[in-house]
Amino acid sequence: MTLSAINRRRLNNFKANRRGYWSMIFFVLLFVISLFAELIANDKPLVVSYQDQLYFPFLIAYPETAFGGDFETEADYRDPFVADLINEDGWQIWPLIRYSYTTINYDLTSPAPSPPDAENWLGTDDQGRDVLARVIYGYRISVAFGVILTIFSSIIGVTAGAVQGYFGGWTDLIFQRLLEIWGGMPSLYILIILAALIEPSFLILLALLLLFSWPSLVGVVRAEFLRSRNFDYVRAARALGVRDRVIMFKHLLPNSMVSALTFLPFILTGSIVSLTSLDFLGLGLPPGSPSLGELLAQGKANLQAPWLGITAFLTLSIMLTLAFFMQEGIRDAFDPRKTFQ
Amino acid sequence: MVLVEINDLWVTFKSDGKDVPAVKGVSFNIEKGETLALVGESGSGKSVTALSILQLLPYPLAKHPKGSIKINGEEVVGRPQKEMRNFRGNHVSMIFQEPMTSLNPLHTIEKQINETLLVHKGMSQKEAAVRVRELLEMVGLDAIDERLNAYPHQLSGGQRQRVMIAMALANEPDLLIADEPTTALDVTIQAQILELLMDLQKRLGMAILLITHDLGIVRKMAKDVCVMTQGEIVEANNAKELFSRPRHEYTQMLLEAEPKGLPLRKNDALPDVISCKNLKVYFPIKKGLLKRVADYVRAVDNISVNVKQGHTVGIVGESGSGKSTLGLAMLRLISSEGEIKFNGQSIEDASWKDLRPLRAEMQIVFQDPYSSLSPRLSVGQIIEEGVIVHEGHGNRLERRDRISEVLKEVGIPPDAQDRYPHEFSGGQRQRIAIARALILKPKFIVLDEPTSALDMSVQAQIVDLLRDLQNRHNLTYLFISHDLKVVRAIADSVLVMRGGKIVEQGPAAQIFDNPETDYTKALMKAAFDLETASAGVVNS
Repeated sequence: MTLSAINRRRLNNFKANRRGYWSMIFFVLLFVISLFAELIANDKPLVVSYQDQLYFPFLIAYPETAFGGDFETEADYRDPFVADLINEDGWQIWPLIRYSYTTINYDLTSPAPSPPDAENWLGTDDQGRDVLARVIYGYRISVAFGVILTIFSSIIGVTAGAVQGYFGGWTDLIFQRLLEIWGGMPSLYILIILAALIEPSFLILLALLLLFSWPSLVGVVRAEFLRSRNFDYVRAARALGVRDRVIMFKHLLPNSMVSALTFLPFILTGSIVSLTSLDFLGLGLPPGSPSLGELLAQGKANLQAPWLGITAFLTLSIMLTLAFFMQEGIRDAFDPRKTFQ
Repeated sequence: MVLVEINDLWVTFKSDGKDVPAVKGVSFNIEKGETLALVGESGSGKSVTALSILQLLPYPLAKHPKGSIKINGEEVVGRPQKEMRNFRGNHVSMIFQEPMTSLNPLHTIEKQINETLLVHKGMSQKEAAVRVRELLEMVGLDAIDERLNAYPHQLSGGQRQRVMIAMALANEPDLLIADEPTTALDVTIQAQILELLMDLQKRLGMAILLITHDLGIVRKMAKDVCVMTQGEIVEANNAKELFSRPRHEYTQMLLEAEPKGLPLRKNDALPDVISCKNLKVYFPIKKGLLKRVADYVRAVDNISVNVKQGHTVGIVGESGSGKSTLGLAMLRLISSEGEIKFNGQSIEDASWKDLRPLRAEMQIVFQDPYSSLSPRLSVGQIIEEGVIVHEGHGNRLERRDRISEVLKEVGIPPDAQDRYPHEFSGGQRQRIAIARALILKPKFIVLDEPTSALDMSVQAQIVDLLRDLQNRHNLTYLFISHDLKVVRAIADSVLVMRGGKIVEQGPAAQIFDNPETDYTKALMKAAFDLETASAGVVNS
């Protein structure tokens, strides 16, 4: 793919901003790693060879009988009995961390939450689950949630702002008043009430938070459209008989993207933070989900186990900082007036 | 006596990590009490040269690798900013092209001026108040008592420029740098401001460094002239010599560049392409709590005009006279009252949808080629838009051929269609805008000040191009301009507008040679001789 001159300039500008560039590399690297969390932290082996046949327990559930055991249920590979069965006539490869986010370590030497040791690198939480495994899965769910929410609220916000700004007049007036009313709602309380009424799941939480996150982009996009709808190139397009929809999409949208991009870092970090705070209050993802907010709540409830709170704090702050620096870099790269030396 | 001595001055700007020279070894002297003009097209380095006298460039992005500037024998290059402040205002002052953006919109006129008096001269409030009044009288601002507490937006362009000059004169500088002081003003106001500058120079004995692209102004004002192009002075001479015997070919080119020639004789028996009768565009002024309509701004008031096939009608007037509004209303781009006929068909009540097929036949070219091309579309995408709207997507290769053809016709290499507008100069951009209007083979084109934002030499080329296209395609033009030189070169008949009304209307030759009304006479005098009319005929 060949880049046009302006995009090449942007890429160079972005690379010149070393803080943003490296933040992006780390953020994306961490997210990509966490996408393969099942290969890194799991309570099932990746590959098992038993009687010269290959099994992939992390993908497929095999009954214990497949390995010469007694039960028809799925094999519990952490059971020493099963491990012995397999090792007698084959071998197995385990992930780096032998715990999934739900796995409870029953062999703790001290009562849960237990401090970090060679077995549980970041210790366990108050239910005996491995903290590192939960952080890896929690990172994935937080970032995915944030990115998806950002994409959807941008689409809705940009569309609403575009319509308001382009048509102006009464459309704009009525929309603005509705937005003001909507913005005046105590969103956190409504979320809490709704979360109590409906069983929250990933998608339902996404929809609930979307209700309140889309208006943040409307203002900037509306202002940008209001400003540029009277530019000569828009007038020229109207004089050619171009339809409104095409003018908005082809002429105005690309020119208002820079100001919309300015807001994206705040929406992304804001989305992650709102999910975390709902989880912290116990109103977020269903119980048992790997969630950073829940880890924070545990840290608060177990001050004698500082590794919980410290881990959650460091994970969140590093993730949010990287995300912010990255997007700040992207935004500056799109700014034609910014020069980097 | 030499006031400013510039010797082998270089200026470079950092761009993409390299130092790109903007001024390359410029030398000239400014004598006390005389006017020196720096002439050149945009990008020639004349403003950068002037700004380096005041050391006002964006250092350290800008650098002076070589050269010296001496004011009254004292070197200013490399002098710390703190000491430079003493030179600015006290020895050298500057006025800029756009008086609206050079005045602080939140300060009253009095405050704008007395600030320098309080800071530089250490005057008391009382002394300063007296001096401000004196200065405003000197620059000929009327109704000073009311104006002292006015804000910049309450003044007209000419009045704002007078305030700018008063600010610049506050500390009695030895040198006044005037950077395109009249480019943003109407011709009648331009004549007044130039007269004021000459008068002030005579009274105060200061030197003026005049920066302009307009040779007419130079001829009237300057004793010595330096012609600049691409960062170098190619010819320096006294004005008389330079205008009668230009030696460098660039100077000769500049002198010949003024829009010239006359439109071809045309057949008067042809039918009207577009006509309007009693056209009115009123903008309501709303007042009070309930926003009731109290009055109207009559932007276009009862205007009737008809344009014959293949002819050009020039609409002339100062800014605010409603000439652009008339053009937009005739294309039905803004709502209006009154009859509009296009090709014999009434279009005043046609809906946006009914108008769409007609849009292919009537087009518009705007004044500012920088804002009329979408910065994020390639040239090809910009030009093909109309084709896609009216003829569908069709064959891509065929469309590319058509774009190449129309680009060639306006004098742009066809491979330009894959590049972006910012890679082109103002004149080239205007050609692209013309190509966009032309590709649909329209009958009628509104040209809304198509040359005003361009350099003089480029203006002439665009006028030649427009005339050529008209003859080749039998186009009909409505040519809106405040520049009478350009209108004379292209229009068959002329309509003079003022305050939304017609002042005078008739064949071009008659209007230009025997204007009947005082207003038209004043306009002609200001445009062609840069002279002011007697009081009361035009606004100040």
